[in-house]
Amino acid sequence: MSHRPAGPGCIWVEPWENTEVKLSGGEIIIQFLKDEGVEYIFGYPGGAVLHIYDAIFQQDAVQHILVRHEQGAVHAADGYARTTGKAGVALVTSGPGATNAVTGIATAYMDSIPLVVLTGQVISPFIGSDAFQEVDAVGITRPCVKHNFLVKDLHDLIPTLKKAFYIATTGRPGPVVVDIPKDITDPNIKIPYDYPHTIEMRSYNPTLKGHLGQINRAVEKILSAKRPMIYSGGGVVLGNASEQLIEFTRLLGSPITSTLMGLGAYPATDRQFVGMLGMHGTYEANMAMHECDVLIAIGARFDDRVTGDVKQFCPHATIIHVDIDPASISKNVTVDIPIVGDIKHVLTDMNLALNASKKKPDQAALKKWWSQIEKWQAKNCLRYDRNSALIKPQFVIEKLYEVTQGDAFVTSDVGQHQMFTAQFYKFDKPRRWINSGGLGTMGFGLPAAIGVQLAHQDATVACVTGEASIQMCIQELSTAKQYNLPIKVITLNNRYMGMVRQWQEFFYESRYSHSYLDALPDFVKLAESYGHVGMRIEKPEDVEGALKEAFAMKDRLVFMDFVTDQTENVYPMIATGKGHHEMHMSPDRELA
Amino acid sequence: MRHIISLLMENEAGALSRVAGLFSARGYNIESLTVAPTEDESLSRMTIVTHGSERIIEQITKQLNKLIDVVKLADITEGEHLERELMLIKVRVDSHTLRDETKRVTDIFHGRILDVTDDTYIIELTGTGSKLDAFIKALNENCIIETARSGATGLAQGERALSL
Ligand SMILES: Cc1cc2nc3c(=O)[nH]c(=O)nc-3n(C[C@H](O)[C@H](O)[C@H](O)COP(=O)(O)OP(=O)(O)OC[C@H]3O[C@@H](n4cnc5c(N)ncnc54)[C@H](O)[C@@H]3O)c2cc1C
Ligand SMILES: Cc1ncc(C[n+]2csc(CCOP(=O)(O)OP(=O)(O)O)c2C)c(N)n1
Ligand SMILES: [Mg+2]
Repeated sequence: MSHRPAGPGCIWVEPWENTEVKLSGGEIIIQFLKDEGVEYIFGYPGGAVLHIYDAIFQQDAVQHILVRHEQGAVHAADGYARTTGKAGVALVTSGPGATNAVTGIATAYMDSIPLVVLTGQVISPFIGSDAFQEVDAVGITRPCVKHNFLVKDLHDLIPTLKKAFYIATTGRPGPVVVDIPKDITDPNIKIPYDYPHTIEMRSYNPTLKGHLGQINRAVEKILSAKRPMIYSGGGVVLGNASEQLIEFTRLLGSPITSTLMGLGAYPATDRQFVGMLGMHGTYEANMAMHECDVLIAIGARFDDRVTGDVKQFCPHATIIHVDIDPASISKNVTVDIPIVGDIKHVLTDMNLALNASKKKPDQAALKKWWSQIEKWQAKNCLRYDRNSALIKPQFVIEKLYEVTQGDAFVTSDVGQHQMFTAQFYKFDKPRRWINSGGLGTMGFGLPAAIGVQLAHQDATVACVTGEASIQMCIQELSTAKQYNLPIKVITLNNRYMGMVRQWQEFFYESRYSHSYLDALPDFVKLAESYGHVGMRIEKPEDVEGALKEAFAMKDRLVFMDFVTDQTENVYPMIATGKGHHEMHMSPDRELA
Repeated sequence: MRHIISLLMENEAGALSRVAGLFSARGYNIESLTVAPTEDESLSRMTIVTHGSERIIEQITKQLNKLIDVVKLADITEGEHLERELMLIKVRVDSHTLRDETKRVTDIFHGRILDVTDDTYIIELTGTGSKLDAFIKALNENCIIETARSGATGLAQGERALSL
């Protein structure tokens, strides 16, 4: 894809060429993105970005993906970023383009995803005059970006773009917005272009190496643990530290759990993995949290879905916390041994120290600890009714796992289907489970799958969704058609906003206020009208066959509408304000 | 506890709104905030007076440090420090006794009368917040027309300094 364009419109500058070439702002943006190694821009045009779109038209080194809604552009860039680790790039116009992008930006912000979002702005002299399609994009996005910029001078454009990528991808990653007034991209005003390979910022220097004194303190504590527990999070994925985490966990011989965001960083099929923790985590993971004596939190931020009641959080444990963001440490739960640094660096040092230490983990204590954990595991907390005449959502995910041999990239929307996927699809590799955890944005799944499929063109990509969530960005079926993306959409159609219905059942005496979805479209016809294949599956015995058939269609998007049991709830569950040891199990298997 | 946090930040448009936005978004208290460029034109120095438990103050300093525009930060209340605030106060002095009385109180507090009209004075006073409060109390309440206070600013004493 990255061949050099021919023809007179070519703006490319190769290193051996005379670098005295001058480019306009619009051309600079595209040339810069190419030099930065950007493959895709997810975008949607409009007046304020037309100069940029004209520069896009004149080249084909950076491919523009035309979405159908700016929210979709940002989610697609986000999906791309989550699965590759590179910054995702979105381009939207001023005013409504920028406001439509905000949900996507906030989604990425909450999950610390590196994005560079370019927003068009009215021409500089018009700023502040309530001009046509003017919004204060910098002001609106300020609370949900890692940083943002307004480019006031063409000469600032190149350093600003460089800073944007640098800030987005280093330290604790996050979205960066660059607001670009239209006059900055004027095709008639050109300046010399030179790609800056590095940038220095005196105000921004993320800490990478952990403090060795703290690391040694932590190692000492870990080696004297009787009931150690690892609580790993999205930071392990973001920091590409799976390998180090696996070695660390092996050295300790301890159980390990993961947050929703960390799934895949440690292989779910490994015997030391005790499943996800938190509100819908496993009984064994949550009980092990409650009973452990040393907790090692790695790249996790003690979210309220995870901690439950903080007063009852890990009551017996000394807490060690590794995080690159000092503000994550002791924010919700007071930590005993904080280590600020990049996980890969810190775990490498910890593993060295563990290997070098004469003291080894207490095997007798571990044996006892594991036999306790096995008792909790024996409760089989994820059990569900396998003899139901209705399709159980859990069953679909189990079959999805089997049919894709656990090797798919799976995105999801938000709700029960998201939790079932987290519980039943055993991710063994990082960057394969793509979902919105922090903001919980319905509508994320399909556009994210577009970004993922573009990043891995030959891979199997599934989007698990609900009939409510999918309708929030369903227009992106059109984008998937345009770029021939063979995503498999797995809709667990319970005719309810299931997660909302579940809360209403538990906490509002089953008053199902506006959680029922009437007047659903015929998803099969809908998919077909977009040019895709649609399937409706109504019986449990058809599930596996249908999945096989769909996944065999390697070059088609297949929209699978599974009609599932409307009454199924996600178990186990910790109600808000309860402790880890106060889990609810499914009614037919309530613990004694 | 009351804390005075000083920070150096890039002198960029919008830097102030990032700080103000942080305090409102996270629900932190803010008693006063002052900001002005420093001798190095590329930097502004901001002084924030805030209240909170140790835990909140720790979060505040961490969150402020996290702002990309913030170059350096110190909680100057952690050690010996000096704190000053400037107040301009306009008072009605439409009688002889009032003029004499106001002049006397101003002298006691080492204030200066900057502007005199037939009926009003503008007085300048610097000091800690409590000194300014005491001055206001010492004046006849009915005579105060308006006050403008800068909010506190301060420096750590001795070798400790907030500089690059
Ligand atoms: C319906 C619903 C239900 C949910 N239920 C659950 C649940 O049951 N269990 C659950 O776990 N979650 C659940 N969540 C998700 C939850 O809301 C949070 O998003 C999630 O728990 C946060 O994961 P995390 O702690 O791994 O943090 P992340 O948001 O992934 O943050 C990563 C942390 O790692 C740090 N970090 C990043 N990069 C590095 C690096 N290189 N080195 C060091 N540190 C780094 C960051 O500073 C940050 O502190 C649910 C969400 C929804 C929508
Ligand atoms: C944009 C947005 N609006 C509202 C919510 C609140 N919410 C969380 S889950 C949910 C229902 C999702 O229903 P569906 O997609 O059918 O999934 P199910 O729970 O039925 O599997 C709602 C409305 C949300 N997370 N995001
Ligand atoms: Mg539903």
